[in-house]
Amino acid sequence: MNGFTGTLEEHLISRRASGAKLLLPYVTGGYPVDGWTRLIEGFAQAGADAMEIGIPFSDPVMDGPTIQEASAIALANGSNPSGVLDEVARTDPGVPLIAMTYYNVAYHMGHQRFAESLKRAGISAAILPDLPLEEVGPWAEAADSAGIETVLLAAPTAPDERLPRIVERTRGFIYGVGLVGTTGERAALASSALEMARRLKDITDKPVIIGIGVSNPSQAAEIAQVADGVVVASAIIRRMLEGGSVDQAIEFVAELRAALDSV
Amino acid sequence: MSSAGADRPIMGEPDASGRFGQFGGRFVPETLVPACAELEAAFREARADPDFVAKFKALLTDYAGRPSVVTECHNLSAHLGFKVLLKREDLNHTGSHKINNVLGQALLAKRMGKTRLVAETGAGQHGVATATAAALMGMECVVFMGEVDVKRQALNVFRMNLLGAEVRTAMSGSRTLKDAVNEAMRYWVAAVADTYYLLGSVMGPHPYPWMVREFHHVIGEEAREQCQALIGGPPDVVVACIGGGSNAAGIFSGFVDLETELVGVEPAGGAAIGRKVPGVVHGSLSYLMQDEFGQVQEAHSVSAGLDYPGVGPEHAHLADIGRARYEAVTDTEVLDAFQLLSRTEGIIPALEPAHGLAWMVKAKDELQGRTVLLSLSGRGDKDVEQVQAILDGNPEALKTMRS
Ligand SMILES: Cc1ncc(COP(=O)(O)O)c(C=O)c1O
Repeated sequence: MNGFTGTLEEHLISRRASGAKLLLPYVTGGYPVDGWTRLIEGFAQAGADAMEIGIPFSDPVMDGPTIQEASAIALANGSNPSGVLDEVARTDPGVPLIAMTYYNVAYHMGHQRFAESLKRAGISAAILPDLPLEEVGPWAEAADSAGIETVLLAAPTAPDERLPRIVERTRGFIYGVGLVGTTGERAALASSALEMARRLKDITDKPVIIGIGVSNPSQAAEIAQVADGVVVASAIIRRMLEGGSVDQAIEFVAELRAALDSV
Repeated sequence: MSSAGADRPIMGEPDASGRFGQFGGRFVPETLVPACAELEAAFREARADPDFVAKFKALLTDYAGRPSVVTECHNLSAHLGFKVLLKREDLNHTGSHKINNVLGQALLAKRMGKTRLVAETGAGQHGVATATAAALMGMECVVFMGEVDVKRQALNVFRMNLLGAEVRTAMSGSRTLKDAVNEAMRYWVAAVADTYYLLGSVMGPHPYPWMVREFHHVIGEEAREQCQALIGGPPDVVVACIGGGSNAAGIFSGFVDLETELVGVEPAGGAAIGRKVPGVVHGSLSYLMQDEFGQVQEAHSVSAGLDYPGVGPEHAHLADIGRARYEAVTDTEVLDAFQLLSRTEGIIPALEPAHGLAWMVKAKDELQGRTVLLSLSGRGDKDVEQVQAILDGNPEALKTMRS
């Protein structure tokens, strides 16, 4: 069981206060089929401050080809929410874990049951990318009372008046969407990522983490000059889809850590 | 367009959150929330603008060929023992009801200053209609179509290409309509600034279910007047097939304030309402075929246009309050109905509306002595090759059909 106690938000704020830039890598629950849970403790040892655990969903509309493929492989091999949570519960990364899935997984299980099952698995927070501010209420209340922090996304398309309302409701951190598009690697860091980070830093003291399109150590370092940290997903998963081992994925996270530590 | 509202509470406007009863809403990635809000505002403005309404009406009459006629089927009526009327959406330009919604939305897209249309398609009818409107209005057009459908509706792919649209094959998941919607939404997420997502049915995030129904309201509005002229009043029963539910919503909306019984017919392998399990996918809360973990299941239907695991939220609501009833028919029953209409009336229907007729054949006993209006949502040209292969016992065709 995860030895981490406390909240994701306090943890990230105290890491930030110690001068660290925050690193949040992503793991697809059930990919690679053999050894995916090793990524959890491995990423923590490589310097992750927290991490996202994807619970694969059949119709991931916010995801590009890489995460889609990993999810599809996991699902084809029998990955399901209960199974993922059971296996996560047997790991002890010592850092906060964040479930990342689509709303129907939570809706179908029932808000309270889903929130409590996250808690029991040693998970601190949840990201549901198809559940925007206007629809988040019923879930967020159930999550709040179960002690699960609901992380909201802020996107470059949001008008200025919208951002403060999102920032107000988010827990753990504010997830700034780095570009107008789905998850996936890009050759260069989008200018929208820096702009998003600036807009969010201007209005909140909550940790500002940028994800989607952050593709390599140098891009991570670049955006971390403005943001408090990064989520990196496709770049990690792609390495394994191309035949890289779990250890190589962990090594890549260590490279991201080193790049962030140089900022 | 109707001025539905307080005077027509059932099938009026959804509430501020885009809900019909408990169903609907706007469950989209944050990136798309402002685009949905912008679309809602633009639609509200457009439908109140006489100039927009006039332009839309002119396109429907001068381009799509409306009004579509209502045909009384004397032979089929004699065969079944009750009076059968057909609302002939198959006679519209491009061969189905889809053109109504497409012309409305394309006009709106243009008004909003968008330069590109993106759409999903199952049978290809919505894709063809969208490509048609794009050609007419001088807009770019990208259509996503599942790989399975690209194969069984190859001619429609060629038609879209002829019309200047780019057809992209959706290779993920079940490779049918559901996955084409996923791909279209992903495309929209990335290109939202200049691209208009022209959704093809009464599904998706608010305002689509409402807006698409309003653009199809003309079907029901015309049919009501035509029935008055033809039989002196409304029919006893209105029947329509349900994929997402747009032709059904359009025709139902013309009769919902009367005593008329409303019947939606789903394919047995895609009966979202039949199973009554609510869920969220593609932007709204509705009934949804899913497994014990909430993973969306793949629908299976001989008809590409109904091969969808969800249903428009307003239909879930109409089922919930008992205002409409929803039935299911099998592929075999549909193939029989397809041939029956061809032989008795000289009208080859699309496989989708053949579902409606299949139910009427099945429910023949309870329909005796009544008058039944069927939404003949499209013509069968696109399906004849597939049906020929099935009837010839071609195992390959059966595989495509059930895979
Ligand atoms: C002729 C025809 N009817 C019906 C449908 C199903 O759509 P809806 O349920 O939105 O009317 C389609 C979809 O492709 C179609 O082509």
